[in-house]
Amino acid sequence: MPAPIIKVDAISKSFGAFKVLDGLSMQVMPGEKLALIGPSGSGKTTILRILMTLERIDGGHIQVDGEQLYHMERNGQLLPADERHLARMRQKIGMVFQLFNLFPHKCVMDNVTLAPMLTKGVARAAAEKRAMELLDMVGLADKAKAMPAQLSGGQKQRVAIARALALSPKIMLFDEVTSALDPELVEEVLNVMRKLAAETDMTMLLVTHEMGFAHDFADRVLFFDRGRIVEEGKPDEIFRHPKQERTQSFLKKIIAAGHRV
Amino acid sequence: MTQWSGYLGLILQGALVTIELTLMGSVLALIMAFLAGMGRVSRFFILRAIATAYIEFFRGTSIFVQLFWAYFVLPFAGLSLTPLQAGVLALGLNVGAYAAEVVRGAILSVGREQYEACTALNLGRWQGMRHVILPQALLVMLPTFGNNAIELLKATSVVSLISLADLTFQAQVVRSQTGSTLMPFASVLVIYFALALIISWGVRTLERRMARGLDGVRV
Repeated sequence: MPAPIIKVDAISKSFGAFKVLDGLSMQVMPGEKLALIGPSGSGKTTILRILMTLERIDGGHIQVDGEQLYHMERNGQLLPADERHLARMRQKIGMVFQLFNLFPHKCVMDNVTLAPMLTKGVARAAAEKRAMELLDMVGLADKAKAMPAQLSGGQKQRVAIARALALSPKIMLFDEVTSALDPELVEEVLNVMRKLAAETDMTMLLVTHEMGFAHDFADRVLFFDRGRIVEEGKPDEIFRHPKQERTQSFLKKIIAAGHRV
Repeated sequence: MTQWSGYLGLILQGALVTIELTLMGSVLALIMAFLAGMGRVSRFFILRAIATAYIEFFRGTSIFVQLFWAYFVLPFAGLSLTPLQAGVLALGLNVGAYAAEVVRGAILSVGREQYEACTALNLGRWQGMRHVILPQALLVMLPTFGNNAIELLKATSVVSLISLADLTFQAQVVRSQTGSTLMPFASVLVIYFALALIISWGVRTLERRMARGLDGVRV
């Protein structure tokens, strides 16, 4: 049995008096596709943001790909990570945001090539070649010269996926990537993710309200509530036969709101 | 009539000095604005402190006094400046202090999600600033920079006090030589106004050009 690629150990995190994560622990195996579901404020987005180093933790430890994320080992001691350590750890992880966060002043091609050229010293020609492959993969090869404002939401999100992939991370984090999209544009983004899952062995964590997609896509589903994982298991177990009362009532509400499971 | 055209020539010479001061002063102001504005948002306390001290000092004291210091007091410290150098120094440092706050405000106006995208793409602080934040902030700064440049243009008239032959100085020369008040002051008024219009137009053009593509319309 291989070692987990992510090991979260007793993480706590508060925003002021509000405890978002309360001693959260979880493990993710290499190549695993994980869906994080739960009511808003349950901490599922926060754990993604913590893995991307967008939020700091108050306590606990995280290991990514065999190394401490927020700590450095020096002479057998664990010290808080410095910016250089964090920068090295970030190379392993990519993230796609709910609101795309594209750079509005740069064309699609430059959005995708900027980070590889700056952070990995990739030459422009090589970066553009790779970007074209990725844009082709997300079905936007013809939009390379377009500005973000000329694209639909679904197209923007597919560019954002290509942009994150251009750094070849081992782990991809998807934070409610279809929540801001018009319903008819959701499917084109989900299709890209299906393709990604089929063609690569990347580890993927997604926070989503698309229960149907989570069911088909994930190897394992984690149900979050009040900063803890209340229940986890295979999609069929969680969606068809949830054991915990809180999971049941959450799914009932989601179905009542018209989401397909 | 030939006499008038001779005096007009004097005034135009003054206009050239004013333009020269405005251009060089603006360059210095721009440099100071970015240094101090970015110092204000630095994560290092000492840089923030230096930037704040500079901004408060030069906004809080009169530009006349600053000019007199540059021209009359600095020589005592062993630094003798020509009137032009003293003028550029005082104008650049003074207007730079105002513009620094514009730079700071514009940097802070760029949304948090842009900073987060930089982190997620592993860009360093400076890389993100240089390639993502500043290009977007620049568009926010431009209109106010236009204001600052016009303020600087008008403030150049203070250098006539250290006998630099700028537009205002020449107008007074012509007035004392001809006894006519209307002609020199009317022409000076028109020239300042025309120069300010050129700055407005230049900044607007730059703004349009930089905003291209951001609103989804490819021009």
